[in-house]
Amino acid sequence: MAYGEKVIDHYENPRNVGKMDKSSKNVGTGLVGAPACGDVMQLQIQVNDYGIIEDAKFKTFGCGSAIASSSLATEWIKGKSLDQAYEIKNTQIANELALPPVKIHCSVLAEDAIKSAIEDYKQKQSD
Amino acid sequence: MALKVVNCDTGIITKTPEKPIYLDYQATTPLDPRVFDAMKPYFLEKFGNPHSRSHQYGWEAEEATEIARNQVADVINANEKEIVFTSGATESNNMAIKGLAHFYGKDKKHIITVQTEHKCVLDSCRHLEQEGFEVTYLPVEKTGLINLETLKSAIRPDTLLVSVMAVNNEIGIIQPLAEIGKITREKGVFFHSDLAQAFGKIEINVEAMNLDLASISGHKIYGPKGIGALFVRRRPRVRLEALINGGGQERGFRSGTLPTPLVVGLGEAARIAKEEMQKDSVHIKKLSDKFYNSIVKEIPDVFLNGSREFGYAGNLNLSFAYIEGESMIMAIRGLAVSSGSACTSASLEPSYVLHALGVGDELAHTSIRFGIGRFTTETEIDKAIDIIKTNVNKLREMSPLWDMVQEGIDISKIEWTHH
Repeated sequence: MAYGEKVIDHYENPRNVGKMDKSSKNVGTGLVGAPACGDVMQLQIQVNDYGIIEDAKFKTFGCGSAIASSSLATEWIKGKSLDQAYEIKNTQIANELALPPVKIHCSVLAEDAIKSAIEDYKQKQSD
Repeated sequence: MALKVVNCDTGIITKTPEKPIYLDYQATTPLDPRVFDAMKPYFLEKFGNPHSRSHQYGWEAEEATEIARNQVADVINANEKEIVFTSGATESNNMAIKGLAHFYGKDKKHIITVQTEHKCVLDSCRHLEQEGFEVTYLPVEKTGLINLETLKSAIRPDTLLVSVMAVNNEIGIIQPLAEIGKITREKGVFFHSDLAQAFGKIEINVEAMNLDLASISGHKIYGPKGIGALFVRRRPRVRLEALINGGGQERGFRSGTLPTPLVVGLGEAARIAKEEMQKDSVHIKKLSDKFYNSIVKEIPDVFLNGSREFGYAGNLNLSFAYIEGESMIMAIRGLAVSSGSACTSASLEPSYVLHALGVGDELAHTSIRFGIGRFTTETEIDKAIDIIKTNVNKLREMSPLWDMVQEGIDISKIEWTHH
């Protein structure tokens, strides 16, 4: 599989690899995908009192495109409000990374991971 | 070899990246320089058509092809008259299976093969199914070996052929050809074997193994691409319908002018393989043992797909749990390897061969095939071990699954969202 430059860059120098305290009230965790499908993404957000994503971390089991998609996603959502982050579409990620058609599902997974992390955070606030 | 490149404007010296270490000997092998030397004259001064009977150009080309035929036959204890040259093992497999079915298919409409065969065998069988043949695809055990009792009970009165490969291209498992041959001969069923990964690497004897048909490839044994052969038994005679019709070359089995340089290359590669089989085996076994032992000793959660005991040492298929295969390949770019079979890596499906062994999708996605061959050096193996160790740690640091396992979470109990 020949990869585009941006995928290689994110793969070689992934941004925001790591994890946060799942139990913390201002942390939202999204875990999407399945080992049997060859992709699992964990994306976490730390949200401040103004509803702004202050920090984001990821860990990904998956191909180069999956790692790059999650790395890019964390970069994009940092500093955004929850609503703005929720608006990010997989097509934007796929375009930015110039993903080939067979790898579009990686960007879909990244979008799902963002949404799932936001929903987890919101759930925690309402509990 | 790394090249130094100097930028004229800036004076900055950059190095082109070094070529990766080649560990994909199941995909193809480099040409042995001795093979190249043998082929050269047949591209240039000895260019004659081996089927030209009226002049020296034809005679010397024909003589060369007949020497090569002998050299190929010699490796498997066959007679040179039993060797038909083809374009490669894919054509040989097609020719053996379809050719036999089309010749004898009137009364015998059942074929037995194995789930882990190469795609060209499976696809030929699928093709015959569409023509009305019935095919049994035998399962394999965890090691990748077929069960002989299962084979025996699958044979029916209308069974025409049993086709079982010698060495599997993905996991290197060696099927018990001699035992299979005993069964097929006893039952009066034809026996074909795809020898692409075995010919010249392990002992094959068409007499002792009761083989009726056997497929051979040139480029897996340090010979050229685009040439192969099919062994077709003469006593008792095996008949085939030709796939390619024309001038009746190769005793009518395969029309078309023989590519003399390629035929000579296959012959020379076969000669060297036979003469140096012992030396190659010792070399490959030594490197394979070193590689395997240090990987499993130094990296946790690495699983062998196949079997060391029943496998060909030059093929190591390993699953690095919690690291997806394709990202592993990207990380270890200094190594030229493949994830499962190269034929399947264009799709995202995990390998059907690993599936047949009962390897779960999770582990199948993490498998890498390492191929060691005649030209692999110990330095390369040492480097490869280093590269793998470093990158496995790096990728596991990035893997949420590795994290969970370290925390003591059973990931098989998680309800995953399949997509």
